[in-house]
Amino acid sequence: MHTFSYVKAGSIKEAGDLLAANSDAKLLAGGMTLIPTLKARLAQPSHLIDIGGLPELSGIDAKDGKLTIGAATRHVEVSRSAVVKKAIPALAYLASQIGDPQVRNRGTIGGSLANNDPAADYPSAALSLNATIVTNKREIAADDYFQGLFSTALDAGEMIVKIVFPVPAKAAYEKFPHPASGYAMAGAFVSQSGKDVRVAITGAGPGVFRWKDAEAALGKKLAAASVEGLSVDAADLNEDMHGTKEYRANLAKVMTKRAVAKLAAPAAAAKSKGK
Amino acid sequence: MAKVELKINGKQHSFDVEDRTLLVNLIRDHAQLTGTHVGCDTSQCGACTIHMNGMAVKSCTVLAGQANGADITTIEGMAKDGKLHPVQQAFTECHALQCGFCTPGMIMAVSGFLKDNPKPTDDEIYHGLEGNLCRCTGYINIVKAVKQAAKAMSK
Repeated sequence: MHTFSYVKAGSIKEAGDLLAANSDAKLLAGGMTLIPTLKARLAQPSHLIDIGGLPELSGIDAKDGKLTIGAATRHVEVSRSAVVKKAIPALAYLASQIGDPQVRNRGTIGGSLANNDPAADYPSAALSLNATIVTNKREIAADDYFQGLFSTALDAGEMIVKIVFPVPAKAAYEKFPHPASGYAMAGAFVSQSGKDVRVAITGAGPGVFRWKDAEAALGKKLAAASVEGLSVDAADLNEDMHGTKEYRANLAKVMTKRAVAKLAAPAAAAKSKGK
Repeated sequence: MAKVELKINGKQHSFDVEDRTLLVNLIRDHAQLTGTHVGCDTSQCGACTIHMNGMAVKSCTVLAGQANGADITTIEGMAKDGKLHPVQQAFTECHALQCGFCTPGMIMAVSGFLKDNPKPTDDEIYHGLEGNLCRCTGYINIVKAVKQAAKAMSK
């Protein structure tokens, strides 16, 4: 690792001021992506501003049809929270499938969304559920927030404070994890609120995206068969040693169908899926 | 330089370290507790797993500064009064290791998840061990040891 100055921020304001004063500073919460990035010398920040322990950034709250999660809330907390399980069980399930237990004990929802790894899990939930990303400066709708490979609408000096999820009528998440890393080769988060169905695909492309053809078809009839005749356009998808574009396009469709099946009958889908 | 004060295995320590020092290096090089291993150094293998405020974490991916004020338990702190921790005992009895390099991390990870899930199913054990790699055993005896430890600890 290159050298840097480590600073523990005492408040959101102090962290914002430190960020504004040091253009090469970076925020550190769980560090599950940032620290490996520093070890690989892929980043050289002047300062690391630690916001991981700020109580004002942590916490889970549900009221008036909205689930609010503080940016520094750890995956393990989301996965076990009775409040999340009651409001949006698919979100608790998603959190329980991130990385491994040690990573879930440190990694945070805000870190995941700020980093916007194309194969991360949380972006699919935020986009499908039409979440609002609340920063120290403004509120950003998920549709405007995600801007492709590791890119977001966050400005320099801006930090995520909390994420507000509208509670849907139903939601489900299914991913095909890479067998070694656990990252989604493709993952689909499907949610339904009234007549509105939103399908967000992660892992398959350079960034999370909505599969709008599937949304239209599922809006008419919420059944796995509704997407049978559709296909995800493979042209812009990721291709690497683990899979071709076409393979990922097919996986995205299969994960969507599984998520829809789970959404229609959660218990039966879990049983038929087996190990 | 950063001043880091933390408790390791019940004993209070104070170290002056470089800001970029990793917790695993503080534990191994400064506190001289070399039971915590560095396997991959890329947070894949879990050999460096320790407990930080009661939770299993990979100490190669935590800065020493982030652990300031924390209560740390390493493999050296698991046995009490000359008696092995039930997870250590089960690993010994089930022969859940060959070369033993991954074992400290395995034991810290297992004792971590058994606290939250004292009666895990086979699938839950696989899920709980996802952050730890063993290149010798094929995991069969490790899973056996987890079940035996769970049984012993529930008594």
